[in-house]
Amino acid sequence: MSQAMSQAAKPKHALSGEEIIRCTGVNKWYGEFHVLKNINLSVQKGERIVVCGPSGSGKSTMIRCLNRLEEHQKGTIVIDGIELTNNLKNIELVRREVGMVFQHFNLFPHLTVLENCTLAPIWVRKMPKAEAEERAMSYLKRVRIAEQAKKYPGQLSGGQQQRVAIARSLCMSPKVMLFDEPTSALDPEMVKEVLDVMIGLAEDGMTMLCVTHEMGFAKSVADRVIFMDRGEIVEQDTPDAFFSNPKSDRTRLFLSQILNH
Amino acid sequence: MTDNVQSVGLPDERPPANTVGPIAWLRKNLFNSWYNAILTILVLGLLASAIPPFMNWLLFRAHGFDATSTVCRQDAGGACWGFISEKLRFIMFGMFPWEQQWRPLVTIAVFIALLVASCDRRFWKPWFGLVWAAGLALVAVLMWGGVFGLTYVENTLWGGLPLTIILSVIGLAVAFPVSILLALGRRSNMPAVKVLCVTYIELIRGVPLISLLFMASVMLPLFLPNGVSIDKLLRAQIAFIMFAAAYMAEAIRGGLQAIPKGQYEAADGLGLGYWQKMRKIILPQALAVAIPPLVNTFISFFKDTSLVIIIGLYDLLGTAKAALSDPSWRGFYREAYLFIGVIYWIFCFSMSKYSQKLERDLNRGHRR
Repeated sequence: MSQAMSQAAKPKHALSGEEIIRCTGVNKWYGEFHVLKNINLSVQKGERIVVCGPSGSGKSTMIRCLNRLEEHQKGTIVIDGIELTNNLKNIELVRREVGMVFQHFNLFPHLTVLENCTLAPIWVRKMPKAEAEERAMSYLKRVRIAEQAKKYPGQLSGGQQQRVAIARSLCMSPKVMLFDEPTSALDPEMVKEVLDVMIGLAEDGMTMLCVTHEMGFAKSVADRVIFMDRGEIVEQDTPDAFFSNPKSDRTRLFLSQILNH
Repeated sequence: MTDNVQSVGLPDERPPANTVGPIAWLRKNLFNSWYNAILTILVLGLLASAIPPFMNWLLFRAHGFDATSTVCRQDAGGACWGFISEKLRFIMFGMFPWEQQWRPLVTIAVFIALLVASCDRRFWKPWFGLVWAAGLALVAVLMWGGVFGLTYVENTLWGGLPLTIILSVIGLAVAFPVSILLALGRRSNMPAVKVLCVTYIELIRGVPLISLLFMASVMLPLFLPNGVSIDKLLRAQIAFIMFAAAYMAEAIRGGLQAIPKGQYEAADGLGLGYWQKMRKIILPQALAVAIPPLVNTFISFFKDTSLVIIIGLYDLLGTAKAALSDPSWRGFYREAYLFIGVIYWIFCFSMSKYSQKLERDLNRGHRR
């Protein structure tokens, strides 16, 4: 359905049509609380998706299920042909290919910026140190923070830390990038520098799923906006259709709350 | 408009005279209220009445290192340092054969060299483990002998400072990795591992060290088949390791709990495996947080080695006590205990100072 839809509503760039994420009937409970209700989602290579919704709607939980930071209890999640089960080997394989950027950056405070970026390539991808450092520097340049490579995360501003976190994920050459409210913990003047990096990534064709409240970002780069409420996907559409012509009442209510303040 | 603009270029002025200088310091720190003034005067009075007699005993009326016990007994108003020079080698090396006592002396030097070198973070590399192994092998050769023309010395003859150092350094060095595993196990998702670790820690922490030493020396042999006997020193060493591991595990668990969940998630998200995550991300941070309680454990275990006296091993405290049982030197316990107290203090204070330096180094630049 999503495929048909995104093609019908003129995608901003040509999609390969190759599926990289498929969630089928995914359900999750925290104890008795039903957080995710029958999530069906298919993402193509190169697709940029923004997930929005009120707090507690399960949007973070959903993308955290995609690299098994959260465990789903029912349904199947297949990432790049690998199904996420209890199989640790598969989980580690998926996590190599799926980069994640957190709301609170979660940089490693005891390592320098450069070491933060080279750690996983060296230990997980078994890359030689020199090569890992060279790659790390090129990604740090790309997020425009190469001159801070020898500093520790604690010496950087929030926006700088988040850009390092993005570079750290990119160093693993992920096929998909997940963003969990990447600008929510930032001071307002730093939001733009992070969004600019994300826009750059989107333009380079990275497959991205972003949980964010930045509707400007959604309008300008997303191929598809997914609206979640109370654990379910209520509506998904191209940004044009989503913002100008929302179909469900819940979406209309949400949009009126975030757009008219 | 101009009312809101400060005139620029005000000159720097000196602070008011009564806020700087020694008088101000005294007023601020010692006499800042009437009850602090009383306390200050009381403490000064106490010091004035305690220090002169102590200094008299310690130095001015003391008998020098060449004094004999008869001289000291005639004038008992001062310390008798002749006791220390007379018994120094016995207190330091115990019953180690007299003409071979250079061996425990070199042993002490080897341990101190290893410990000092280990303080330098540049040596925190895997190869330094080999240096330690070589050092310990050298210590074994020196203490036991039996090779390279050294006479064999049974370890029942070991005593004094080398025994204290061997028990504490080897004990803590072996207990440390064990305690890391115990701490990780206690936080494990695997129920069997978790129950095992919790049971171990709580059992060992729940009994006094003395009872563990007694068990090691008295009860353990009962469980061993006939003819098999484990060396008494080794049994004490194992008891120490078991005890220290349980305590250190709790210190490290405290450090682990201080690490935010986001660090685990970031490591997971990058595809690091469990051991990689622990080794590269979690433990370096957790151990840095756990330094104060860990050093606390180190210091108390260094001193607790003196408990081995109850199972008949002569550590530093044991040899000092034994030296006092010599009839001609009976009664000079103040000198004996002050002397070994100073030795213990030097070791413990060095550990404390080093841990403070390490904490500063590890925190520099890392945290907000």
